Amino acid sequence: MSTVLLQVRGLTATVAGIEILKGIELTVRAGEVHAIMGPNGSGKSTLAKVLAGHPSYQVTSGEVLFEGKNLFELAPEERARAGLFLGFQYPVEVPGVTNSSFLRLAYNTVQGARGKDELDPLEFDDYVQDKLKLLDMDPAFLERSVNEGFSGGEKKRNEILQMAILEPKLAILDETDSGLDIDALRIVANGVSRLRAPDNAVVLVTHYQRLLNYIVPDYVHVMDQGRIIKTGGKELALELESRGYDWVADEYRAAQAA
Amino acid sequence: MAMDAVKNTYLESLLRGQGRVPASPLSWLNQVRADALERANALAVPTTHDEDWRFTDLSPLYKTAFQSALQPTHVGAAAIQPFLIPEAGSRLVFVDGMFAAALSTLEREDGLAVASLASAPAQHSERVRAELGRMIGSGDAFSAVNTAWLRDGALVLVGPDRDVSHPIHLLFIGASPGTVSFPRVLVSAAPGSRCTVIEDFVSLHGDTGFTNAVGEISVGENAAVRHIRLQRESAGAFHIATCGVRVARDGRYSNVSVSLGARLSRFNLNVMQAGAGTDFEIDGLALISGRQLADTHSFVDHALPHGRSRQLHKCIAGGAAHAVFNGKILVRPGAQRTDSSQQNRNLLLTQRAHVDTKPQLEIFADDVKCAHGATVGQLDAEQVFYLKSRGLSESSARNLLTFAFAAEIVERIRIPSLVQRLEALLVRETQNEESR
Repeated sequence: MSTVLLQVRGLTATVAGIEILKGIELTVRAGEVHAIMGPNGSGKSTLAKVLAGHPSYQVTSGEVLFEGKNLFELAPEERARAGLFLGFQYPVEVPGVTNSSFLRLAYNTVQGARGKDELDPLEFDDYVQDKLKLLDMDPAFLERSVNEGFSGGEKKRNEILQMAILEPKLAILDETDSGLDIDALRIVANGVSRLRAPDNAVVLVTHYQRLLNYIVPDYVHVMDQGRIIKTGGKELALELESRGYDWVADEYRAAQAA
Repeated sequence: MAMDAVKNTYLESLLRGQGRVPASPLSWLNQVRADALERANALAVPTTHDEDWRFTDLSPLYKTAFQSALQPTHVGAAAIQPFLIPEAGSRLVFVDGMFAAALSTLEREDGLAVASLASAPAQHSERVRAELGRMIGSGDAFSAVNTAWLRDGALVLVGPDRDVSHPIHLLFIGASPGTVSFPRVLVSAAPGSRCTVIEDFVSLHGDTGFTNAVGEISVGENAAVRHIRLQRESAGAFHIATCGVRVARDGRYSNVSVSLGARLSRFNLNVMQAGAGTDFEIDGLALISGRQLADTHSFVDHALPHGRSRQLHKCIAGGAAHAVFNGKILVRPGAQRTDSSQQNRNLLLTQRAHVDTKPQLEIFADDVKCAHGATVGQLDAEQVFYLKSRGLSESSARNLLTFAFAAEIVERIRIPSLVQRLEALLVRETQNEESR
């Protein structure tokens, strides 16, 4: 079996004193695609943010190992440099910072931490042009402020562009498919698929089965009330699409009661 | 102009330092000065008891003695090299308030006169007479003192329908420590004309000094004036300035003011609508640290219909710095269809920094659109996290966001070499907040 990238054991977390994650168990190996599905408020996005180190969330117990190292000993920027990437559900607008300077700064910071050479603006421009093509993005994107005035689809494409540039080992994409029309979804999904490699992995946090038509998951997890209550293969997503989530929760409660 | 006519001690001490200002061959100018001296005598110097000076305590200024430069300090061409703006056409340089012809370059163009007030050809004196003092009205004590001791200044006269393509650079240099100077600027853009004027206040020393400046800008019918104002004086300097702008029918005035220097600075910008359909764009940035104080008072006077104004003023205060913004917008009765917006955004980088902001809207017309808002805060935590999640360290994320906050204003200067240089300076200023 291939290397374990992410090991989550008994993870609980709170936001503003309210427990949102109530004991998450999850193992992600290199080369895998995982989908985490579940109704609104089930804790999917919280899990993504906790893993990325968002300061509003408090980890109360459990452990997370990233390539065998304690993730919680790393600051958010150290996690990014170590190869963890979060694609934001709501990418943040940063007026006044051009996309190109932001991307280059991020790239060089991460490269530097990996002991690799940094690129000067001209070299970086060459590097980034290829990545833009991957996502069918207009180079004019680079001269605009980060996410400012971007449409929903443009923001999500910009997230995947950042993923393409930073080449993470583990990408957690938080509802990257939400709010995308079918063309944009195809472009984004295609971009993600082409970034897949035997030594990396993707966790798709999603509300809709639609994305999984384009990126076929190895595992589908159902989250409910802060726990993963069911794990299956790609066919589970189709079943959820036709039957909803209630039956999974019922099954889980029945099993708990037994 | 007898010295014993001066009653106020502080004004007196300021004026006494001046020596006798030689009488001008223009009798009307002598009269203007005499009137201003009388006004200066009648006016008390402001204290924090005055509503207009509530947040800005001038006592450090009153406690400092200054002398006037009676002889021009020699400044070589190399010393001003860092301040030159390649895009500029004409350049007027004043050293400690005195015109430095050797450092200035005057491009001869039809329909454009750029000259020092004192050496302006007689043919312009009628126009100067009609405009000088008109934009500031009776003014406050500081502008009265400026006028009373009007020795020289920068004069920009643009003829009708002239489109002056190169910016005109007015460079005011503080060269000798402990000196007071009274820079004066008069810009008059005739109907249908267009020009860009850069007022630039710099120091060649790190010591104290006092700049008491007055600017006047008259924008003719359907004319457009872009006004860029940089205050980057030494960390020990005092800088008090008033700029009065009068915009005739369909005229356009835009201002980008950047305050970086001085221990204590105050900038009053009064923009007055003198005809219908005017358009004002006002952008300001104060970036201060240590124990600096930067105070901006703006007054936008919508006196007639169909005026539009948009204002964005930003302050970034680090260390124990203190920023003040007082933005008044007056919509007078009859100024229907006024469309006015004002935003003031303040960024505090430390616990000890503080800002006083006071937007004032006074609306006496009923068919108007007015929006205003003021925010005071720290950097946005979501933005910081977003940048960190891409590998940037806490400090580089903060520095980048602080830079971006300031750069939004600086970019509006739209003169590439100046934007570039100011941005490089912003990078330095926003690099290390611990030291501020």
